[in-house]
Amino acid sequence: MSKPVIATTSLAGCFGCHMSILDIDERILQLIELVEFNKSPVDDIKTFTKPVDIGIIEGGCCNSENVEVLRSFRKNCKILISLGECAIMGGLPAMRNGIPVEECIEEAYVNGPTVQLNKERILPNDDELPMLLDRVYPCHEIVKIDYFLPGCPPRADLIWEALVALITGNPLKLPYEVVKFD
Amino acid sequence: MENIAKLIAWKFGNDRTRLMDMLIEIQETEGYISKANARELAGLLGTSQADIEQTISFYHFLSMKPRGRYSIYLNNSVVAEMFGRKAIRETFEKAAGISFGEVTPDGLIGLFDTACIGMSDQEPAAIINNKVFTRLTPFRAKEIIRYIREGRSLNELVHEGFGDGKNQDPRLRAMVSSNIRRKGMVLSDNYHYGKVLREKLPTMSPEAVIAEVKHSHLRGRGGAGFPTGFKWEFCRRAKGPKHFVVCNADEGEPGTFKDRVILTEKPELVFEGMVVAGYAIGSDQGILYLRYEYRYMKDYLEGVLQNMRNEGLLGRNICGIEGFDFDIRIQYGAGAYVCGEESALLESLEGKRGEPRDKPPFPVEKGYLELPTIINNVETFATVVRIIENGGEWFTQFGTEDSTGTKILSISGDCMFPGVYEVNWGFNVNDMLDMVGAYDVQAVQVGGPSGTLIGPDEFYRTLGYSDLSTGGSMIIFGKQRDLLREVVLNFMEFFIDESCGSCSTCRNMPQVMRNKLHKILDGKGVKKDLDDLREWGKLLLASRCGLGQTAGNPIISSLKNFPHLYERLLQRDKTFDEGFDLEASVKAANAYVGRKAVFHHHEH
Repeated sequence: MSKPVIATTSLAGCFGCHMSILDIDERILQLIELVEFNKSPVDDIKTFTKPVDIGIIEGGCCNSENVEVLRSFRKNCKILISLGECAIMGGLPAMRNGIPVEECIEEAYVNGPTVQLNKERILPNDDELPMLLDRVYPCHEIVKIDYFLPGCPPRADLIWEALVALITGNPLKLPYEVVKFD
Repeated sequence: MENIAKLIAWKFGNDRTRLMDMLIEIQETEGYISKANARELAGLLGTSQADIEQTISFYHFLSMKPRGRYSIYLNNSVVAEMFGRKAIRETFEKAAGISFGEVTPDGLIGLFDTACIGMSDQEPAAIINNKVFTRLTPFRAKEIIRYIREGRSLNELVHEGFGDGKNQDPRLRAMVSSNIRRKGMVLSDNYHYGKVLREKLPTMSPEAVIAEVKHSHLRGRGGAGFPTGFKWEFCRRAKGPKHFVVCNADEGEPGTFKDRVILTEKPELVFEGMVVAGYAIGSDQGILYLRYEYRYMKDYLEGVLQNMRNEGLLGRNICGIEGFDFDIRIQYGAGAYVCGEESALLESLEGKRGEPRDKPPFPVEKGYLELPTIINNVETFATVVRIIENGGEWFTQFGTEDSTGTKILSISGDCMFPGVYEVNWGFNVNDMLDMVGAYDVQAVQVGGPSGTLIGPDEFYRTLGYSDLSTGGSMIIFGKQRDLLREVVLNFMEFFIDESCGSCSTCRNMPQVMRNKLHKILDGKGVKKDLDDLREWGKLLLASRCGLGQTAGNPIISSLKNFPHLYERLLQRDKTFDEGFDLEASVKAANAYVGRKAVFHHHEH
């Protein structure tokens, strides 16, 4: 039997969840024995080259590009996992959700205390740039998500246990110590 | 004017741990806490202004904006809604000419929502400048506003007369009713004030007291059910220069009000229990942490404590026990459900934001001021006195094997006789409904929003730690109620408001779940949404405290026991409906920066 294929991506996240994946330390050697990585920042493969079994999503969706990437993950992966606070609930980026998007743009590019050189009020509107969404969406509000792994970031042990359970087909055990927020 | 912050800080010895008292007094005197006062306090207490402000912002009854010379806090709990809160709210708004959350331009009247104020058996109810107004009607709401405008005093607003029992005490004079409808050992009239302290305590060693409590198998009455005797033993053994006894009277679980009744009718019993505990664990200081909603009892309870001091039941060498000194002070909260969680309560006691602590260490080792502390519920202390009086063995004949003794229930909602009932553990729900005169019952919420919602096919179940565990809140819903819209949504909003925000799970997940419930109620739900809700309920277990861990229970429990209520709202022809429209969602930002939507359809 061929190895299960994994893809990962970071949308509106901080890459902390990916750091936590790396935190499985030397078990990453074991992981490579167990699975094959496809599109992922871990191996720097930029596009899907074959059907993927497990897609791991860090971060929610704050712009049109996030939505497109997430949809392409749904199309190419059998199973999708929302990994961490932002993917599941919007997280820190969703702090802007109570504020009109116009105010956010104004604060970021015109009025913010660190903005000094934008007297002409240039707002980013190049066609090459992703378009900002009205709010930050958790992934399950855009596509169907099969599993949710909590944490900010989720502990390395939690990621490891979940992957091993998925690959081996064993039930996932998540003791309080592993999922505990702090 | 003399600087008020300075005066009040001086009154509490410029002690940072008494910040709650200072903030409450400034709030009550000025109607708010100004930035200038916050800055002044920070300087006097050697802390930062941000620290003072973050503490203020944590508590519902503290504010940095004026709340009006008359601040009307109208309860928004589920039972208040069931008994006509909407009409009261609208009448207040119309009569005052402002919306809730606002203050009239002349600064006279402020209207605010507040979570359950412990009056579920006499709703709708409001608190106006620390005075409780129960059983409100639109007529009374209009009249109250008119009287305030006419310049009448707070006492002149009252037409109802005073409630039953001790509510008529000259120091209390509250229109609140105790509504005791069934008495057991704790609420019994057969209570001899001071007898246990005078006659029993001097004959027993502290170890013997703990042994007796252990023998009784008494478990904590706040809801969690930890064995009281063991808690006391752990605390007695813990090393520290000082030990503390804390009574948790922060009953904030919507639908609970029995501690209010015990403290009204039998405050001496509770304080005696605290003295017994102080003797057992080797403490000389007790603190009653009383929720701010019960501030109207202040003079009354202070008076009771003073009587006990005068009679030698508090103070030095109590009841002739050489070297046993013990006194009790009252610490008020300022409106925060989470402070009922014991470690959050300790933080609040120390004058900080009431955020739960990471455990271990547990309070018995590191509690108030990092010193060994026991925290027990009001009812637990009251019960202890009966155990010491009659013996642990006597106590075990009541209730069941794993739940000994009695439980005082707060029963409210759709029934003839809401109020307080003391029953033996092992009582079943059917009998309870017969007892209170509840007919055509659709569901009962056992243990408040964090507990369980059960339907008629489970009414055979019994109250006890091994079956239906409860801190005492029982809310009955008749057939006419829309459980999802009236009950579950209300409970979810409650948890969203009351999260301390420390763990992301509890801060965000209840909102995500509430949004999903809205989606289902709007007819946009699919079966997968129900699966998601069940999964997310488990994620909440990652939270630090019980509030966070149970914040999804209103949905999880109703989904388990009333799945048909959800399933009948689902779309049958779809397996997934995200309801997301990319084009619509980029519209606002695009318009603002001046660009057209272009959708690249890259293959990633």
